[in-house]
Amino acid sequence: MTLETIKSEIETKVPGCVLEIVPNPSPSAQHSLRIDPAHAVAIATFLRDSEDLRFDYCSNVTGIDWPDKEISEKVKVKQIVDGVEKEVEEVRKSHTIGYLEVVYHLFSMEKKHGPVILRMRTEDRAEQVHLPSLTPVWQSAEFQEREIFDLYGVIFDGHPDLRRILMWDGFKDHPMRKDYVEPDDYEYEPTAHDEVLERARQHRTVMGAQ
Amino acid sequence: MSTVTEPARIYPASPADTGESQLLELSMGPQHPSTHGVFRMDVVLDGERVMKLKPVFGYLHRNHEKIAEHETYLGSMPYTDRLDYICSLTNNWAYALAVEKLAGIQVPERAEYIRVITAEMTRFLNHSALIGFLTQDMGASGTPLMYAFRERETILDLFESLTGARMMCNYMRFGGCRVDLPAGWLDQARKFVATLPRFMDEFERLLASNEILMARTQGVGVMSKELAVNAGVTGPILRASGVNYDLRKVDKYGIYDRFAFKIPLGEHGDTYDRYMIRMLEMRESVKILNQALKDIPEGPIIDPKTKIRGFRPKPGEAYGRIEAPKGELGFYLVSDGTANPYRYRVRSSCLVNLTVLEQLCIGHNVADVVVILGSIDIVMGEVDR
Amino acid sequence: MDEQLKTELRKQGIVATTLQELYNWGRKNSLWPLNFGLACCAIEMIAASMARYDMARFGAEVFRPSPRQADLMIVAGTVTKKMAPQVVRLYNQMAEPKYVISMGACAISGGPFKQGYNVLKGIDRYIPVDVYIPGCPPRPEALIDALMMLQKLIDEQSLTGADRPRHLQADALSEFVVPQFGEHDLEPPENPEVWQPELINISLAGTDDAGNN
Repeated sequence: MTLETIKSEIETKVPGCVLEIVPNPSPSAQHSLRIDPAHAVAIATFLRDSEDLRFDYCSNVTGIDWPDKEISEKVKVKQIVDGVEKEVEEVRKSHTIGYLEVVYHLFSMEKKHGPVILRMRTEDRAEQVHLPSLTPVWQSAEFQEREIFDLYGVIFDGHPDLRRILMWDGFKDHPMRKDYVEPDDYEYEPTAHDEVLERARQHRTVMGAQ
Repeated sequence: MSTVTEPARIYPASPADTGESQLLELSMGPQHPSTHGVFRMDVVLDGERVMKLKPVFGYLHRNHEKIAEHETYLGSMPYTDRLDYICSLTNNWAYALAVEKLAGIQVPERAEYIRVITAEMTRFLNHSALIGFLTQDMGASGTPLMYAFRERETILDLFESLTGARMMCNYMRFGGCRVDLPAGWLDQARKFVATLPRFMDEFERLLASNEILMARTQGVGVMSKELAVNAGVTGPILRASGVNYDLRKVDKYGIYDRFAFKIPLGEHGDTYDRYMIRMLEMRESVKILNQALKDIPEGPIIDPKTKIRGFRPKPGEAYGRIEAPKGELGFYLVSDGTANPYRYRVRSSCLVNLTVLEQLCIGHNVADVVVILGSIDIVMGEVDR
Repeated sequence: MDEQLKTELRKQGIVATTLQELYNWGRKNSLWPLNFGLACCAIEMIAASMARYDMARFGAEVFRPSPRQADLMIVAGTVTKKMAPQVVRLYNQMAEPKYVISMGACAISGGPFKQGYNVLKGIDRYIPVDVYIPGCPPRPEALIDALMMLQKLIDEQSLTGADRPRHLQADALSEFVVPQFGEHDLEPPENPEVWQPELINISLAGTDDAGNN
């Protein structure tokens, strides 16, 4: 029972779904299956209830933040310079939109096999951060999805009780994102050096140096 | 088609539905003598019966995962001690296992035996402390806790002579252990393990036919098999509901397939079963300890060629899990080729075990909430990370 | 009174002492701690009250769950920003005279979790602390040492005079500002009346002995 057979089974049973195998280059060889948000609940229900798979235990729900990336690469382009055709190096910048990713690890308590890893990606990191919640399928995802909402900002549609779980309710940021800046409330250090010294010097001028 | 029903949240009918009595909203915690740390429960009561229960945590959220993104892989090892702070060596092993899966590192045999010995001692420690805390919550005023902590102190002495610290051991490394056993440690350990059956008999006899214990735990907080599996509950409380799923037998990580031990299962899934399962698991741990202490071979404890400093695994990801004393403790690591992990995630057993708290407590009295929470065995360091 | 005379009288069964000594002796030998363990240090605190390192010998046996009945708060473990208002509220609810022991690196200054967005970098930002115990976690013997240090501190407190303790001064503050949850941080981030970090010449840090950078 490999990931390819599971993928073809899901494709026959859940029509219209878009699946993609994401290979894992590390020695652990735990490849994952990227599913599309529109058919996620149907795929999850099939995986849980099918007779030979019976993935009834959702162990781990993780959020990962992939920020926007700007890749600049040097490309050799033929251009006409001073009437002569030459090869010139041009710098091309391409911009990939970042996204938030949610990873589910599934095991089977009945058949004692696994893991099967599912991934879902949002469109971007700002507005289109809605994903379907798999809590109606596996109740173990309840608190973990709330935590991803709290720390990353992914909004799960269909979650019975989506509110902050680890930070207080009035908190406004999503701290686990890569671009979060934490509040600067460090007191100075008496043996500071490098960046801590710089930060401490700023604090000392603020607090009124002697 | 689908044979698994949705877990039902039933609120029992009461005069409150007709508006005859008033509901009381009570906040138990975060500073409470029996909440096992900074944990808060917002309960809605009708008289003494629980109508709704919402757990609130985050009071110990120390952003362990964010710190790990700035630290190297090895630098996060001391932080894993502080996750489930009663059992630090099993946390270390889970993290080392995940990194070894990520980078494909092999562990020599002697190190595996040492890991099993320390893990089973930790399991014994944890279960006896849990029984002590549970009975203290029920009003036993600390006497079983004193017995449990007496054994715990002896085990902590062994850990201190091995790792240098009582509680925050920081002992496992990627590919083995940090230092080898000091001279005489094995004899001390064998002598200690030989006294354990007598301690367990004494402990069990202290509480076995105690009327208060039986009346307060039998039939309280019954968890059905379907609910347990669907809610992702793992560890002794899953097995108390009758589901045979122990990672030491399923995943066979380490060298657990060499030892002969049974998995005790419960029948009713109530608090008394959860309490008895831990007693039985303590005996199984002693069995494993006897076998491991007898068979431990000589040899290196870590491959001399493994890179400890400057460790840069190839890009990829891995999920490694072990059977910690409280359930399935897993680490999910995403590496991007640098010295710091890109994403470091702790799959905490206590957090997922708390999912069922509301459904177990509804319909019971407020006094039973404390007992049910004690039997689920949470440690806030792991719930909040 | 002469020490020799005191010993002679004691042999005859007459105890001669001052009111201050008697008052302090009673207070220091029956400190009742508040049942307040936050994190890992709490386990060492429990171990300190168990059979091997018995804290009951020092009078600190009864851990009271209610702050109204306690006079010693051992802050054991990391104080997070979510928990900080409750800690200050509990301190305010304790009756005078009250003491605070800050146990473990986390309660002193944030400890190993200092880089955290949710970690309060030391409980002494909001409440006055009497004894600090470094360690992660400190051994139970260290906690007993701190308790004895606190007892010595209480012993030296005088009943009258300008340096008398807070609970004997009519106009001294015994309740402190409870921080509120803000949008990004606690408001206020620290209490300047309580927390005044030492003024060491920061411009000298990072230089060697000759004064060169």
